[in-house]
Amino acid sequence: MIVGQALRDPQRELSVFRGRIFLGAFLILVAFGLLLARFTWLQVFQREYYHTLAEANRISVVPVVPNRGLILDRNGEVLAANYSAYTLEVTPSKVPNVERAIDELATVIEVSPRDRRRFRKLQEESKNFESLPIRTRLTEEEVARFAVNRFRFPGFEIKARLFRSYPQGEVASHAIGYIGRINDADVKRIDAASLANNYKGTDHIGKLGIEGAYEKELHGVTGSEQVEIDAGGRAIRALARSEPISGNNLIVTLDLKLQKIAEDAFGDYKGALVAMDPATGEVLALVSRPGFDPNLFVDGIDPQNWDALNNSPDKPLNNRALRGQYPPGSTIKPFMALANLYYKKRSPEYSIPDPGFFSLPGVAHRYRDWKKGGHGSVNLHKSIVISCDTYYYGLATELGIDAIHDFLTKFGFGQRAGIDIEGELAGIAPSQEWKMQRFRQKWYAGDTVSVGIGQGYMLATPVQLATATAMIANGGIPVKPHLLRAVQDSKTQETHPVEQAGGGAEPIVKPEHLALVRAAMVDVTRPGGTASQAAAGAPYAIAAKTGTAQVVGMKQNEKYDEKRLKREHWDHALFIAFAPADNPKLAMAILVENGQHGGSTAAPIARKVFDYFLLGKKDAAKLPAPKEDEPEDEEHD
Amino acid sequence: MISRAFDFLARRIDGPLMAALALTLALGLTVVYSASGGGSVDRVMGQGRNLLVAFLALWIFAHIPPQTLMRLALPIYLVGLSLLIGVALFGEVRNGARRWLNLGFTSIQPSEIMKIGVPLVLAWYFHRREEAVRLRDFAIAAVILVVPVGLIARQPDLGTALLIFAAGFFVIFLAGLSWKVIATLTALGLAALPFLWSMMHDYQRRRIFTLLNPMEDPLGAGYHIIQSTIAIGSGGVLGKGWLNGTQAQLDFVPERSTDFILAVFGEEFGLVGNAVLITLYVLIIARGLMIAANASTVFSRLAAGAITLTFFTYAFVNMGMVSGILPVVGVPLPMISYGGTALMSILAGFGILMSISTHKQLVSS
Repeated sequence: MIVGQALRDPQRELSVFRGRIFLGAFLILVAFGLLLARFTWLQVFQREYYHTLAEANRISVVPVVPNRGLILDRNGEVLAANYSAYTLEVTPSKVPNVERAIDELATVIEVSPRDRRRFRKLQEESKNFESLPIRTRLTEEEVARFAVNRFRFPGFEIKARLFRSYPQGEVASHAIGYIGRINDADVKRIDAASLANNYKGTDHIGKLGIEGAYEKELHGVTGSEQVEIDAGGRAIRALARSEPISGNNLIVTLDLKLQKIAEDAFGDYKGALVAMDPATGEVLALVSRPGFDPNLFVDGIDPQNWDALNNSPDKPLNNRALRGQYPPGSTIKPFMALANLYYKKRSPEYSIPDPGFFSLPGVAHRYRDWKKGGHGSVNLHKSIVISCDTYYYGLATELGIDAIHDFLTKFGFGQRAGIDIEGELAGIAPSQEWKMQRFRQKWYAGDTVSVGIGQGYMLATPVQLATATAMIANGGIPVKPHLLRAVQDSKTQETHPVEQAGGGAEPIVKPEHLALVRAAMVDVTRPGGTASQAAAGAPYAIAAKTGTAQVVGMKQNEKYDEKRLKREHWDHALFIAFAPADNPKLAMAILVENGQHGGSTAAPIARKVFDYFLLGKKDAAKLPAPKEDEPEDEEHD
Repeated sequence: MISRAFDFLARRIDGPLMAALALTLALGLTVVYSASGGGSVDRVMGQGRNLLVAFLALWIFAHIPPQTLMRLALPIYLVGLSLLIGVALFGEVRNGARRWLNLGFTSIQPSEIMKIGVPLVLAWYFHRREEAVRLRDFAIAAVILVVPVGLIARQPDLGTALLIFAAGFFVIFLAGLSWKVIATLTALGLAALPFLWSMMHDYQRRRIFTLLNPMEDPLGAGYHIIQSTIAIGSGGVLGKGWLNGTQAQLDFVPERSTDFILAVFGEEFGLVGNAVLITLYVLIIARGLMIAANASTVFSRLAAGAITLTFFTYAFVNMGMVSGILPVVGVPLPMISYGGTALMSILAGFGILMSISTHKQLVSS
């Protein structure tokens, strides 16, 4: 085919050319029309959509974390505070090989094996895109050294943050609790309470004690900042900011000095002490020994410390004051005496002959008194002063277990005392129904005999005992133990006292009954009483009751001999007391694990606390050493 | 004196074309200022220097009579071709592509020479065969076109290869290649697509995928196109205002002063701005086509037509790619994007147009 033939004529050729030019022009207009249509689609019809995307690109909402409220004791001593420090954090998802990056980091700033272990534990517990601290509390020099080398460490970032510190260390650790990093369980709780927004940016939460119970007050309200960011994520300028509201400061009922004296008084003993104002239920000291350093938990505890705390046979993480369930032993006797008066079984003057044991009718088994040969003729008053077991064996049998249960329940036994921190256990005030439910067994008459002296199925926590003691001290009015005294509003700086609900207004026992028991409890600390040594020389009257709780059972005719027993099988010592006896200001319960005799190990602790509280003495009065043959209350069944 | 100087400068200048060009270039400078983040005139000054050089090229080409240009066409082409072969053999590799040739004193991209060289040499060829253009001539023209295009595509520089192919194809098309052949070639081309696909580099294939579904890889291959579409779309009808485009100013638009400058423009000046820009382009192209239609020789009309259509191709490919209807190829927005090389070849092309426009009377007389 010869194309050229058609093109020979120049005129024809020109018209073909012009035709194609016109065609080209037409196609160009179509193409530009297409572009305009595209622009119209994007810029008119899709404009809202793309506007939203553009705004989402440039605006980033950054949470502004509020400062956590402080925790202060009743005198303003700081129990939990914040301090500002630098941390070096790493987001594992942004680092291809975290281990190697940390090895390299160790050439720039110190990374101890402990830091690594803690980091590994955090990494296991958290999600990959979270920013986790590898080093905390960096010095200025370390910050500078990292800053110079930061290009080598993508995914690592220095952050200035507020940290929680517990300046008192172990002191009151079980009451104050601690904060720790938010874990999955915390996230669920936060979501369930619809607080997820308020916890954006927060990575610590109160776990235990006051920190846990009053998390809501302490945390505050998270603010936010709208920041314009560029494509690299760098903040260019702030667009809007809503300020966070700091958490409120909490003024707790604890008296730090009293707390310290109480803790020191335990020496090497394990145990618990709860001391409260009997009128209000304000807890002035809450001791559980041994304690722990809550500071260890703040940045995530390292596995070594965790194992040490968690596996220690001393169980330092167990809050014995709330969770230790012990047989109350003879400290139950004042309450049994009140039950007797309430149910009008034995008149106060009525005396029993004490041969040194008790037997149920028709049964050979002897429930022995702690004193071989007995105490002779014993009435209600004497039964408390010298802690006669035989009197209460018989009394319990006469009252019957269900009456005992009903009466003890009025004093809070067998149910949580309702202290305002988590973890409390209920103890046991046994009854026929309880035993049937718990063991599918019927109640035997012998079960009741042991309960008469606070043994057998009976269990109580120190905070329950303290609360019950406070009720004897305050005239029989139910009281709720609590740790929060006042809240200082972070905005107005005004302090509002906290009204704690849950106490009662009406006495549950008659004043004349209480008077009888209180008089006997005063004589406990006088010559002839079981706690006379510890109270000797005190310029105020103490009303008290000693107690001993068995750790291992004894066979019939077997003699308790501390020398043949391992120390952890030694009896627990108990002591309940309030003072001054005529106008009680402080009521307390003390438990000394393996302390053997309430009068000799627990009572001196009480004396030191009373002395400080009532006399203002920093050092407790010099006390005479307990004698070997002093009266002691114990029951060997 | 002043009027004589003006006469001297303006003697070979086509008034309407010059006016449209000047308006577009002025618009370009304001956008470059915004696209360089605002607050700094460094880029604008740099682009100003580029403009001076490019205008010099325009002025020089405008003064070269079409006949002289026709005589220069083959030498330019041959020099360009040998330099391209030189690139293939000794070229410098930059950013994974072999596009530059180091001449000792400076480095050049010979493909830029071919943007002018290929349409001129084809126009020259058809002009010579004016008496009897046969199918064989189209075959030879195809070879003249395909060899440099193939060399450039192998560098690889698909964008430039595409533009040069388009320029050459326009000459052949305007020279009167029959519709039958065009249809046959189109069919063959479509049939060869799978083969071409297998010849393509991975990144080139990815660009096609990205066009079809940018969200598949929003932070990787799709990022450019997503961000530029957001910028344009969020501009709305009137735009966010000069220097106020958030996508542009906060760096979300990549290559915002070069290939993706339309995203900056569209965001800040909106649909109205885009319509104005398209209108300016239409005016320039319309003037170019008029010059081509009125040109007196085969060479001049083919060269003028091809240069104009190539300019259109630049504009359309860039705008299509930035607005997400064409795959991403490295083509700047003509006369708006920052950069000297493309500006110079475009204004040199318009210089040739002006030469054709102002020398016409002499030729016909």
